[in-house]
Amino acid sequence: MVKVNGTELDIAGKTVAAYLKTTDYDPKRIAVERNGNIVFKSRYDVTVLEDGDSLEIVSFVGGG
Amino acid sequence: MMIHNDKLVIGGHEFNSRFILGSGKYSMKLIDAAIKDAGAEIITLAVRRANTKEHENILDYIPEGITLLPNTSGARNAEEAVRIARLARELGCGNFVKVEIMRDSKYLLPDNQETVKATEILANEGFVVMPYMYPDLNAARDMVSAGAATIMPLASPIGSNKGLATREFIQILIDEIDLPIIVDAGIGRPSQACEAMEMGAAAIMANTALATAGDLPLMASAFRQAIEAGRKAYLSGLGRVLTRGASASDPLTGFLRD
Repeated sequence: MVKVNGTELDIAGKTVAAYLKTTDYDPKRIAVERNGNIVFKSRYDVTVLEDGDSLEIVSFVGGG
Repeated sequence: MMIHNDKLVIGGHEFNSRFILGSGKYSMKLIDAAIKDAGAEIITLAVRRANTKEHENILDYIPEGITLLPNTSGARNAEEAVRIARLARELGCGNFVKVEIMRDSKYLLPDNQETVKATEILANEGFVVMPYMYPDLNAARDMVSAGAATIMPLASPIGSNKGLATREFIQILIDEIDLPIIVDAGIGRPSQACEAMEMGAAAIMANTALATAGDLPLMASAFRQAIEAGRKAYLSGLGRVLTRGASASDPLTGFLRD
């Protein structure tokens, strides 16, 4: 299982790019962190998710 | 006298406006009007978990040419602040970051020690680091050594609109620290922004004062004028204050009697 923004998902074995294609995230507006390290956009299609990984997918919101 | 070339310089970038605008707690649809009426060139943003159900993004509402200043709100220590800053940079909108680290959720006071640590790491990674801090001279000096581009001391607790509760300590930073001092948090009224600028603050950051105002763009415009007025007063040099007595403004020659 892979934790994505706190929710366990059965996506181990997929690349980040393949996972993102199954979602509604706008790739231009997000950044991805895997186990505390940035996954650069250029690495989405070569980064394979492993069991136990933790992903944070973030975007900008209003703030002060 | 016209003020020529009075630029705010942050990390080698020049700005004409001295009003940094927050974008929290109000509709994205008001952002364009707020930026225009504030005359702002820098706007702050936060980073949060992306939501697949919201198809609008705040970036769609921010005009071209505005410098984005992501904050690290949500960070409880230096390590989390560094992670948030890196994510913000990966979002592809420049290398400015406002380091904001809080351990305390009641008063939302910044943790100066952790902020110094994060500032050092991020400055070494090429970020333009603007640390939000409690106005303490020793900690501010540490921020300078750590590579801060500005110092952002709080006026009063975040979102309180209480004004310059830390006035004396902000004045010490203005007098002793050789970086722009940008008063951030707690400024609730244009008059308070004006006072901070008269004291020599380099800029004002405000969010809640606008977000909780009756008419946001009108308040943005009021802040803009107050900040400009305070800046001109500071550049002019304020008139002196008498300790006691009075000093006539009229000629002292008497008439209508001998």
